[in-house]
Amino acid sequence: MIKLDKVSKTFILGSSGLVDITLVIDKGEFVFLVGPTGSGKTTIFRLLIRDMLPSKGTIIVGDFDIVKLPHHKVPHLRKKIGVVFQDLKLLMDRTIFENVVLPLEVSGVKPEEAKKRVEAVLTQVGILEHYNKFPIQLSGGERQRAAIARALVFSPDLLLADEPTGNLDPSTGRDIVNLLLGINEKGTTVVMATHNIDIVNNLQKRVVALDKGRVIRDQKKGKYATS
Amino acid sequence: MRHLKTTWRHIRRSPYQAFAAVFIMAQTFFVLTFFAFFIFTSSRIIAYFESVPQVTAFFKDEAKQEDIDSLRQKLEDTDKIAKIEFSSKLDAFEKYKELFKDDPLSLELVNADILPSSFGVSTNKIEDLSYVADMLSKSAVVERVVFQQDLVKNLSIWTNALRKIGIVLSIILALDAMFLMIIIIGIKISQKKEEIEIVRLIGATSWYVRWPFIYEGIFYGIVGAFFGWLLGVGLFWYATPFLESFLKGIPLFPIPAVFFAQLLGVEFLIAIFLGIFSSFLAVLRYLK
Repeated sequence: MIKLDKVSKTFILGSSGLVDITLVIDKGEFVFLVGPTGSGKTTIFRLLIRDMLPSKGTIIVGDFDIVKLPHHKVPHLRKKIGVVFQDLKLLMDRTIFENVVLPLEVSGVKPEEAKKRVEAVLTQVGILEHYNKFPIQLSGGERQRAAIARALVFSPDLLLADEPTGNLDPSTGRDIVNLLLGINEKGTTVVMATHNIDIVNNLQKRVVALDKGRVIRDQKKGKYATS
Repeated sequence: MRHLKTTWRHIRRSPYQAFAAVFIMAQTFFVLTFFAFFIFTSSRIIAYFESVPQVTAFFKDEAKQEDIDSLRQKLEDTDKIAKIEFSSKLDAFEKYKELFKDDPLSLELVNADILPSSFGVSTNKIEDLSYVADMLSKSAVVERVVFQQDLVKNLSIWTNALRKIGIVLSIILALDAMFLMIIIIGIKISQKKEEIEIVRLIGATSWYVRWPFIYEGIFYGIVGAFFGWLLGVGLFWYATPFLESFLKGIPLFPIPAVFFAQLLGVEFLIAIFLGIFSSFLAVLRYLK
């Protein structure tokens, strides 16, 4: 599903985002990316959706070779990947329905079909009753669910969630993770970047730990810290 | 359809920018409409003057028909003549009666005997008028020669100059409108930078992002063209009674409705081109 081979990313001012990363994630896996701020978690996500190119190495996502992918085919890649961004990236002047329907709109799905799919995914994440509200009218957890709904509306093969529990209370954070687990159980590969020690330790899923742009640990049933 | 919805949202949410764009477009098309009317009417006026006899020779009362016929033959032999119309004393009186039909006093004072018979001569080329006028004035049977070479010539010079001014002014205004549209659409793109980034991250193609801005340019062009045309036609309609009395005798009115419709159609085409071109330049400049 995902293969990063000796991937490095150096930013314009010379700082290293990633150093010689090799990582393979299989279809259907649930993987935690853990590590301190600046360790390279978000950089990996940005590389996977071709928001930037690596300085070295190759990246394969499904059938796409990210480095060789022509510019005009980037939208095709992005339609296969659902992303829950760290800052959510919801459009504040559009309703939840309008936000969630956006990926379907850009793909030219017919309005009636799109409406059905949005209603189904909002039901799945539990915020159907808020579909006509604006993001500002929702709580942090509800907004997080809206962002997840938008990432899921295309039934992607791969879901990338960048610190989806970052600003949430523990209980809401657990709800969000349970939601992601449910999605994973239906076959979607989920990669979740997080700082949340409790969630990582309790779930006993694969953990890839990063530090200063390098993979320092990769355990099948890992924990946030080895100690 | 969804691009049009997005376009409409862009326009609705920044009404002052939309108004500025429509306003400058309307100005441009008002000037274009004005000069289109000018070109149309001046062409008709020139055509009228060209169609009426350009040299009129009035015969002496004692002129005999064979002298007149011989003069006609001499004129025709020059190969410079397009048309010669003979008007007898009776014909002249009929014309006089028609012209003064509402003025009984003038009609009472005149009869066919005191009006001269005449030749109305048109030449193939306007520069031959002097030659023909000279030839006629030298004839022993001709009393007086009237010719309007200067009128047609001056009219042509003036209208040509004004046409050129109109074309240059329209081009300058169209460029103005284009640059303003580029700035307005550029500002809108900058305002929507975050939204554009988000839709791109979730898989939007470049054209998905571009289309609403292109449609926006077309919208401003079409609405501006319509209002510019409407204002031009309105003013023309308002000025028609004055023009009718000023240009009495010249068959200019009524202007056919199809001319107005064709003008609107042409202006719409120009507006669509201007809208597409300027918004496309803005998109290329600001949406890299």
